[in-house]
Amino acid sequence: MKKYTLNILALVVCLLLVVAAQMDMLDQYVLTIIMFIGINIIFASSLNLVNGYMGEFSCGHAGFMCIGAYAASFLSVTLFTNNKILGAALLPPYLAPWLFLFILLVGGIVAALFGLVVALPSFRTRGDYLAIITIAANYIIISLIENIDIIGGPRGLQGMRKVMNAMRHTLDIPWMLIWVIIVTGISLLILYRLVNSTYGKGISAVCQDEVAAKIMSVNTDRVKMVAFMVSSGLAGVAGGLYAHMYGYINPQAFNILKSTEGLVMVYLGGMASLSGSVLAAILFTLLVEALRFAIPAVDGALHAIHVLPDGFELSQVWKWVLIPLILILLMQFRPEGLLGNRELTDVFPRLRRWFTLK
Amino acid sequence: MALLEVEHLTQRFGGLQALTDFNLTLEEREILALIGPNGAGKTTVFNVVSGFYTPTEGSVVFDGKPTRGLKTNEVTSLGMARTFQNIRLWKDLTVLDNIRIAQHHNLGYSLLDAFLRTKKYRIREREIEEKSRNMLEKMGLTEYAAEFPKNLPYGLQRRVELTRALSLEPKLLLLDEPAAGLNSADVGELIGLIRWIYDNFPITIWMIEHQMQLVMSLCTRIMVLDFGKVIARGTPEEIRVNPVVINAYLGEEAAQCC
Repeated sequence: MKKYTLNILALVVCLLLVVAAQMDMLDQYVLTIIMFIGINIIFASSLNLVNGYMGEFSCGHAGFMCIGAYAASFLSVTLFTNNKILGAALLPPYLAPWLFLFILLVGGIVAALFGLVVALPSFRTRGDYLAIITIAANYIIISLIENIDIIGGPRGLQGMRKVMNAMRHTLDIPWMLIWVIIVTGISLLILYRLVNSTYGKGISAVCQDEVAAKIMSVNTDRVKMVAFMVSSGLAGVAGGLYAHMYGYINPQAFNILKSTEGLVMVYLGGMASLSGSVLAAILFTLLVEALRFAIPAVDGALHAIHVLPDGFELSQVWKWVLIPLILILLMQFRPEGLLGNRELTDVFPRLRRWFTLK
Repeated sequence: MALLEVEHLTQRFGGLQALTDFNLTLEEREILALIGPNGAGKTTVFNVVSGFYTPTEGSVVFDGKPTRGLKTNEVTSLGMARTFQNIRLWKDLTVLDNIRIAQHHNLGYSLLDAFLRTKKYRIREREIEEKSRNMLEKMGLTEYAAEFPKNLPYGLQRRVELTRALSLEPKLLLLDEPAAGLNSADVGELIGLIRWIYDNFPITIWMIEHQMQLVMSLCTRIMVLDFGKVIARGTPEEIRVNPVVINAYLGEEAAQCC
């Protein structure tokens, strides 16, 4: 029984969250942050598969999130709502809760197919060149979507709120929170199982010595392809969740800044460390939210002591000074990140006694 | 039928002719050495045979199958393993994982099995681990299973690399300078180890080596390469007194001392 302590604890915490949300004990804002943490966990840990475990440098992860978000939203809006452009609902809205996971899966698969396109150059190119290719892919995806009018172009796509409302009509429980918890759990389990299988160890082998991997019978092309597709697919799933959580998406929400957020989380947590990515996603999300309050506070304080001139104001844009700054400081003083190539269980071996993960 | 047949192999890199008309028929259970001065093209031969380079001209037939057009991992899967001159272990994976990954040609489960941890997956993973641990035990490395290769002394790293190659269950083992960086005591141990491997596995060995003590005491046949051309071949006794080889490679002293 002791071996399942942490598993049960995690389950209980998740259940408590759902119950608290159901009883309206959680502020909508707090709830949003909790869900956002979940989405960021998927986003960061899936990026870690390519950047950490495989040692490639993918800089356009948000592009895949974008694809997944649009694919899933397009599908759910077409299927379940009456939309001016996309037409009347094809299925009765009460089916929405039953098909939602399927919709996310489709978003993930579409994103994974785009991941395949990025994987192909990676067979021949590594390092800086691949980084440039992935940045380009990020821009291509955004421009592409901005130029497709049926999904709103640069104005963005909405209507997902109606789908969530339809779920609420079917059964009044906090659906979105439940989906985020379930999907985050599944995503982490998939990644954990992949990187701990002999198959997945091949990914680390490619990272550490590709020539040796080939000579030891690892099909490096296929391993790279699989890693890229799993990674971009999960990013797409995260995108689907993101879209349905906010009820509105526009292409610029997935630009290079979003990709940078992913990189910050991966390097903050540590390369090739799933628990590191989880930890970093939590810390980073909370930090960004804290800045939302901290920046006006600092602005007020500096004005009060007349350090800043009256016309000058510290705005939220300073977030984009501070977050890259974190990345720079991190690279300077702790390039391996919080955990760096280790899991929490390697740092605290006693943790192993308290949970079971298969 | 010969295990490995290399015919008229020529390898050019731009204007550089690295290999010229290399021919070899390797029978099963031979121990062959390829010797020659630095830059003679010895490692190039290995790189072509193991599928890293596609030969400019000529053919390689391994175990009855032509290897032209095969990817490196496919050539390996035919039963050809290799070690490197500079040890190429995965230094941040445990010794056991290093051995396990060599089973990639023979996983026997799909990605979906790994995600779902199906029965097939669990059985195969258990078999792979058991096999790898057996291999480590045979090679006297059990106590290092959980260590990272980067923390092991050089000699042990060599042994791990050999174990990794052997766990592919190869028919042909290519050793690229197995004695590089070893002192004379280590070399003695390595000779014993290679002999033990030869006696205990159904294996053919082809090595590149500078260490003449090792070559002379193990090999049944020697080829000498110089400037991309084979200048001599024969038994150790013949090579030792061959004036062309003494001139190009061994030198007078070595010929006398060994």
